[in-house]
Amino acid sequence: MTDTEIGRIRSDFPMLSETVNGNPLVYLDSGATSQKPLAVLDAERDYYFHENSAVHRGAHTLAALATETFENARASVARFVNAADDEIVWTANATEAINLVAYAMLNASIDGSALGLKAGDEIVVTEMEHHANLIPWQQLAARTGALLRFVPVDDAGLLRLDDLDSIITPRTRVLAFTHVSNVLGVINPVDLLVARARAVGALVVLDACQSAPHLALDVKALDVDFAAFSGHKMLGPTGIGVLYGRNELLNALPPFLTGGSMITTVTMEKAEFLPAPQRFEAGTKQVSQAIALAAAVDYLSGIGMDRIAEHEARLGARLVEGLSTIPGVRILGPAVGEERVGLASFDLHGVHSHDVGQFLDDRGIAVRVGHHCAQPLHRRLGITSSTRASAYLYTTEDEVDQFLSGVRDTSAFFGVTSTGVTA
Amino acid sequence: MSSSELQSLYQELILDHSKHPQGFGLADDAAAESHQVNPTCGDEVTLQLHVAPGTDLVSKVTWEGHGCAISQASASLFSELVADGMTIPVLHERIDLFRTAMRSRGTIEPDEELLGDAAALGGVSKYIARVKCAMLAWVAAEDALARVPA
Repeated sequence: MTDTEIGRIRSDFPMLSETVNGNPLVYLDSGATSQKPLAVLDAERDYYFHENSAVHRGAHTLAALATETFENARASVARFVNAADDEIVWTANATEAINLVAYAMLNASIDGSALGLKAGDEIVVTEMEHHANLIPWQQLAARTGALLRFVPVDDAGLLRLDDLDSIITPRTRVLAFTHVSNVLGVINPVDLLVARARAVGALVVLDACQSAPHLALDVKALDVDFAAFSGHKMLGPTGIGVLYGRNELLNALPPFLTGGSMITTVTMEKAEFLPAPQRFEAGTKQVSQAIALAAAVDYLSGIGMDRIAEHEARLGARLVEGLSTIPGVRILGPAVGEERVGLASFDLHGVHSHDVGQFLDDRGIAVRVGHHCAQPLHRRLGITSSTRASAYLYTTEDEVDQFLSGVRDTSAFFGVTSTGVTA
Repeated sequence: MSSSELQSLYQELILDHSKHPQGFGLADDAAAESHQVNPTCGDEVTLQLHVAPGTDLVSKVTWEGHGCAISQASASLFSELVADGMTIPVLHERIDLFRTAMRSRGTIEPDEELLGDAAALGGVSKYIARVKCAMLAWVAAEDALARVPA
């Protein structure tokens, strides 16, 4: 993308003209949540101005219109990831989407139905998972007597695939892993992991939180069974997330939440449930947010996910090339020259990430500090926290350079040398 | 280069304490102990109170922990404040005083007479997100005080 195009994109995002601490905002925290373009804000506002009404209930004109817009939004998001419309379940966020699968499997375990787990079964995750793709599986394992295992990472944080065949075995029922690490910026080898899961008959759950916003995501080409992502990380509003699930699997799972809108026939004794996706959409859903998320994916598609990915890969390379020249910086994840998305986390020797973040914030540079909801990964890397800069389609090379100069000055301010902080 | 607020947040005194902490290292014979974690950043402090038997005099504070410069310096400064001994009621007062200053959003300067060098942490109160860092050791001390055997 050219500077002119990025300039035009930036003008669509009101937040990007804000000043912070007297400086123009340099927003490098899109991995946590993205900024929103006017098209998304307008879509939500327009819905409330002109169509607001109850969806999937009522027969008046507005109710029909709202239902149509709501279902069109589902179709837009389905197209965005190459799924069928009935394979897209609205959730609050990716965390809820993953919990939905885990709790539905727990219910299947209690029911003794096909997708349930029992003692002797195994669930496999990786050591780099976000807590949202770890704890639900810990809980499911603990409650069903299944064993939770993990694919370990090496000293850089990258997956160690050498023992894959002994970790993912015929006992494995679920393999849950992240497509792109929110800490490392690495794109995991989905093909390799899925091939092994298929060989042993395990279901694959993909955490697509850091991939759906940043690269062309094709759930059919990846051949995963479930995928989860959050709207607010991809230009959409908060409160809306997506679970993709293969249609036959969604329909084989018992419901997680029950109530209105997800039933066919109800008596005082029991209920029968609608097919997916409605069987997983009890109660009034996030209608305006779903419609705004559709506006977000239309905006992204209008620019082109491949072009966005290319732009961000260039920024990612610039981030690590620059960071690698700063005294005391240890880059987590792929080394300079290796594939990574537009995201880089690092440890500044002897300086806590909160202090790094505070120094950058003074210049209006927003980064993420802490453990990024990945405590086990940080522990494995021998650190408790790190500083993360994450770019998006609206991030410029100049912003990356301002960040790098900020980190260089932070390093000098705290007296960092290549071996630690001076006395 | 950087703003005066930032310079005030990271005064030389604070950076010195974070690099060369006072009272660092746990003892076996403490009267009470408390472990506090800040879940958003993973900062941790384990703080011990040493109380002269049969008295209400806190004679010494020892601690261990890891975290940002503010949380580590604050634990060190707390330890220094109590180094000459302080009664439990007075210690409660000082903790309350420190908390009030920290929560004041920069409107209350910590009293140097009563808080010693810990008053240098006054700049933290302008940074809402960092108040928890500064409070970590003091919250641990408050919790430990409640555990001191009667």
